[in-house]
Amino acid sequence: MSQTWLIAKKELASFFDSLIAYILLIAFLGFTGFFTWMRGNGDIFFRKQADLSVFFQTAMWTLFFFIPAITMRMLAEEKKSGTLELLMTKDVSNRQIVSGKFLAAFLMVCIALAFTIIYYISVSRLGNLDHGATIAGYIGLLLMSAAYIGIGLFTSSITNNQIVAFLLALIIGICFQFVFGILGSELTGWAGELFNTLSLTDHFTSIIRGVLDTKDIIYFVSVTALGIFLSEYMISKR
Amino acid sequence: MNINIENLTKSYGGQRAVDNISFKVNTGEILGFLGPNGAGKTTTMKMITQFIELEEGDIRINGSSIKSGFDKKHIGYLPEHNPLYTDMAVMDYLGFCAGLQGVPKSQIKERAVQMVKLCGLDVEKHKKINELSKGYRQRVGLAQAMIHDPEILILDEPTTGLDPNQIVEIRELIKKMGRQKTVILSTHILPEVEATCDRILIINKGKIVADGTASTLRKQAEGQQILQVKIEGTESNLIADGLRALGDVKEVTIKDMNTNRFEIQSMPEAKTNTSIFNLCVQKNWILTEMIPYETKLEDIFRDLTVN
Repeated sequence: MSQTWLIAKKELASFFDSLIAYILLIAFLGFTGFFTWMRGNGDIFFRKQADLSVFFQTAMWTLFFFIPAITMRMLAEEKKSGTLELLMTKDVSNRQIVSGKFLAAFLMVCIALAFTIIYYISVSRLGNLDHGATIAGYIGLLLMSAAYIGIGLFTSSITNNQIVAFLLALIIGICFQFVFGILGSELTGWAGELFNTLSLTDHFTSIIRGVLDTKDIIYFVSVTALGIFLSEYMISKR
Repeated sequence: MNINIENLTKSYGGQRAVDNISFKVNTGEILGFLGPNGAGKTTTMKMITQFIELEEGDIRINGSSIKSGFDKKHIGYLPEHNPLYTDMAVMDYLGFCAGLQGVPKSQIKERAVQMVKLCGLDVEKHKKINELSKGYRQRVGLAQAMIHDPEILILDEPTTGLDPNQIVEIRELIKKMGRQKTVILSTHILPEVEATCDRILIINKGKIVADGTASTLRKQAEGQQILQVKIEGTESNLIADGLRALGDVKEVTIKDMNTNRFEIQSMPEAKTNTSIFNLCVQKNWILTEMIPYETKLEDIFRDLTVN
């Protein structure tokens, strides 16, 4: 655990050293703030409803693009510069390396979401906010982020080119975000069922509606775990 | 810790990078790993450090196979090309490496300061690694390999990029470390192995072609002694004929007619010094120079690795 934490700390420090963290935080808060409060058509004041569903939708899309930007360099760069060799010949297991990186990206998302607590407080002052649904929404965002970090780490582990890792993560992300859902509704029988289960959006919307179903939690945890295991496997294969 | 390498083999795409090699390194020994580019030095080192998996054969450290999960913190490794996290400051980087190798938190700072002093990085310790010159980066690489005081040191070309003064310092450092530890270092700088290593292992195309100390390797390669002599007193042709008549002389070449310089090759295993001297005394010639040619490690290396 301590090794994992050391790697996570180092990764986080390098985010904040290299401005990546600040750019992402500002952009994340800018986008979500604009769409939640200022857009006019469709924002909280327009809808006259004290809930954060607009924020959750925007945050989902913003994170969808930002997470691959965080994860793309994590393993690809280490492979390219040879530092992965340095890391792997130290007293660290491959799982500790991958989970340290996962933890760093996840904490980065947590930091971004922590700033949006201001939105939560503001909305709860404006009207009668459904606290349960809002907390579920945050949990949904965290679970979704974990799944995309898993995918991002995996694509970063199969190449040593960051751009390739970024694009692959987006493509796989789009499959989970749209394609599986569309296939699910187009196809019938077991195939349709399978794709419906795989569609991330379905699980996410059911959580932000305020329903925390174990089925959905298992889904996100499995995608995350699969991403971590595959990355671990990919870096151990030389 | 003793390292025992048994029938190690590794191939890449059908080509054998390391071909059935076996050797042993003992505690307190510095082994120089020598070979032309692509001979399999780095591959062997990567297998010892468990970065790449073993294909065939085994590596035993203190008798137990690394396949059964040898604790990596006993090994300090400086990889080829010396990869570093260039966006980190030297002290932070050393602290990070120490932490990964399981140095207790309370000792990390102290160890990092020690290594910085030992490797001559004191002035640069708060700089980011990407601000350092190549030689200093190399020192950082060495410092991270030794930070947790490992019992085994694997150094892949430790002195590349260093200036002559630094090379001498680093060699001294390695020698000092090598007294209590097991050190394997690879290089293709020949004087370096002679200066630092107790034993030399030359590999070529994945196979061991020589194993021994510098002097035993020399003896093996020598076979015959070569002397350069200068004899005055008469014409060079006469002297040459006289020399050729000696029983243990194989070949005499006249190097310079005017100054009477000759190169004399002895018969295998024979020494010609005494008989040449006696001949000169007998004939009343004046022997003014006698220089033994030492076979250079370069020549041995070339003999063993060309073709």
